[in-house]
Amino acid sequence: MQFFLNITLGGIATGMIVSAVALGLVLIFRATNVVNFAQGAMAMITTYVAYDVLRKGANYWLAFVVALAAGLVFGALTQVVLIRPVQGKSPLNAVIVTFGFLIFLEGVAGSIYGSTARNYPAPFSLSGQKIAGTQIAFSPFDVFVVVAVLVLMILMMVLFRGTDLGLRMRAVAFAPEAARLLGVRVRPLLTLGWGLAVAAGAMSALLVVPTSSLTPNFMDIILIYGFTAAVVGGLDSPVGALVGGLVTGLSLAYVGGYIGGSLEPMAALALVVVSLMIRPEGIFARPAARRV
Amino acid sequence: MGAFRRRVQTLTAKSWFRLPRQPMLRHLSFAVVAVVGLYFLTQWLSAFNDYEVGEIAFYVIALAGLTVLTGVNGQISLGHGGFMAVGAFTYALLVEHTTWSLVPELLVAVAVTAAAGLVIGIPATRLRGPYLAGMTLMVALGLPYLTNQYNSFFGGDQGLNTPAPNGPASVNPTEWLTWIQLAGAVIVLVLLGNLMRSRFGRSFRAVRDDEIAASLAGIHVARTKVIAFTVSAGCAGLAGAFLALSAGGVNSAEFPLALSIYILAGVVLGGTGSLMGVWWGAIIIVYLPTQWSQDLAKDFHANAVVSANLAVIIFGLVLVVTMLVAPGGIQGALRWVVGKGAAYFSSGRVSNMTLVLQESTDPPVSDGESVATITK
Repeated sequence: MQFFLNITLGGIATGMIVSAVALGLVLIFRATNVVNFAQGAMAMITTYVAYDVLRKGANYWLAFVVALAAGLVFGALTQVVLIRPVQGKSPLNAVIVTFGFLIFLEGVAGSIYGSTARNYPAPFSLSGQKIAGTQIAFSPFDVFVVVAVLVLMILMMVLFRGTDLGLRMRAVAFAPEAARLLGVRVRPLLTLGWGLAVAAGAMSALLVVPTSSLTPNFMDIILIYGFTAAVVGGLDSPVGALVGGLVTGLSLAYVGGYIGGSLEPMAALALVVVSLMIRPEGIFARPAARRV
Repeated sequence: MGAFRRRVQTLTAKSWFRLPRQPMLRHLSFAVVAVVGLYFLTQWLSAFNDYEVGEIAFYVIALAGLTVLTGVNGQISLGHGGFMAVGAFTYALLVEHTTWSLVPELLVAVAVTAAAGLVIGIPATRLRGPYLAGMTLMVALGLPYLTNQYNSFFGGDQGLNTPAPNGPASVNPTEWLTWIQLAGAVIVLVLLGNLMRSRFGRSFRAVRDDEIAASLAGIHVARTKVIAFTVSAGCAGLAGAFLALSAGGVNSAEFPLALSIYILAGVVLGGTGSLMGVWWGAIIIVYLPTQWSQDLAKDFHANAVVSANLAVIIFGLVLVVTMLVAPGGIQGALRWVVGKGAAYFSSGRVSNMTLVLQESTDPPVSDGESVATITK
């Protein structure tokens, strides 16, 4: 029972991180119809930036803010330089561009930092707590993870539901042509959307890295979990990203805990297959109506 | 119609040499020429170069499979390295546990990989969009973990042994293996070439160009996509088995994500949609990471870390830059070239007419292409 509880708690913590990755993917897919396969690699780069800031003697929180800001700028630049030219072309082109960018970034990081694994500090203790006499595998850092992702989700919701800017961004994502005709400036908002999404990705990487280690490809596997969560929840639904992330995190935790940790990536693939078979549009997606 | 056609044929027969009109015959005659040429090539090259030619041959197979999927059918796979791993491990397990001969083992490896492709392809076709791309990426990234989980079955870090098959005593074993791989590449190219000229090939292209129009014309879009994906995965399986033979053993480290990227970049570089262009892509994949990028790194006095990553950086750049510089993307560039070619041939030449007539004598299957050719 205690084992089950510990796995569940671990699954929730993983699930929250996966939700943040999925949120980044969903924000970009909703607005630009592109799945950003470079999301993980871009977050890896921002984490190396934060690592350099830390090495210069800065404290954890300054590095945290720097990573998010770097993500915002990096995402916006990427949208302008790489994505805008392929926007509106065959979706294959965007897939190839983001995939090529993924491996390019990993190669660049590998050339600069080598492939040696580096440790990235955590702001809170990573060891489990004793509550009422039983050891619970839920560390203060896990609490921080859950809180941080929830704050991110709430901020995004406030932005999209509560502000004029968010309303315009939703309009751009929903019907770009109509939004343009109503006087919304579409292109800067798409750029901003990419910036926000990559900042979300940067945060997810900062939450992963203390329990993993910093290498050029440490985000690869997290990216495919995020993709799983986004597919389960529906590729165009931010709420779906949260729910899909939790479903994915818990499923992977149970597979890892009861069968074997190395099976988790294949379990994620199985989850995608099953979820596409049962509910192709995802749990929370808007109903699909394709225009002829 | 018949009389007109005969007249057209007599007109075109003026040229002193004509390729057979039957696609099968034409492709086979190409194959015979290729086999003779490649045989002399292996004779002329040293054993080490033969080994590299063998590598080129299996990359040709993998690239041809992905060309059918991406260039002809308009779907994409980011994980063909993963499917190569499926083929390689299947082959190695058959070597370990059975006493079959080479050909049935290879055929089973192809069948198993094609089945894996089917499992991925069916759910992915239920929706439009990047689902297939994501799922294939999961295959490429997840498979190495799977082999770690079942260490004893997949041979752990050492992997499984796949000794090269014994040829006649008079033939150098490396050369023998190279011949087998080249023969495999030629057979695959002939088969795919025929497939492209068949009803299936036309359906693939119709689905790529416009899914809605294709389905209105009676093509089962989902089934067509799944067939293309299955064929493509099967090719990757054969390529993987050949890779295992070249390497002499299989372990999961041979199938990093970079392999999938090389294959995709090879297709993009070699000219998507062209089955002969894959040779260029394969040559680049074999020589760029091992030799050209090392030479380049040496020229710039780069350190070992940079030179180890240079190939990956170059391939990544190739993918990004190709997509940005060729604005219409793969298909657009292809169509542009085809359009130029068609314009050239239609400038008062009769050969174009025979082409149209041949297309129109096909049984009235429901595909858009022959109609489109006539109305042009």
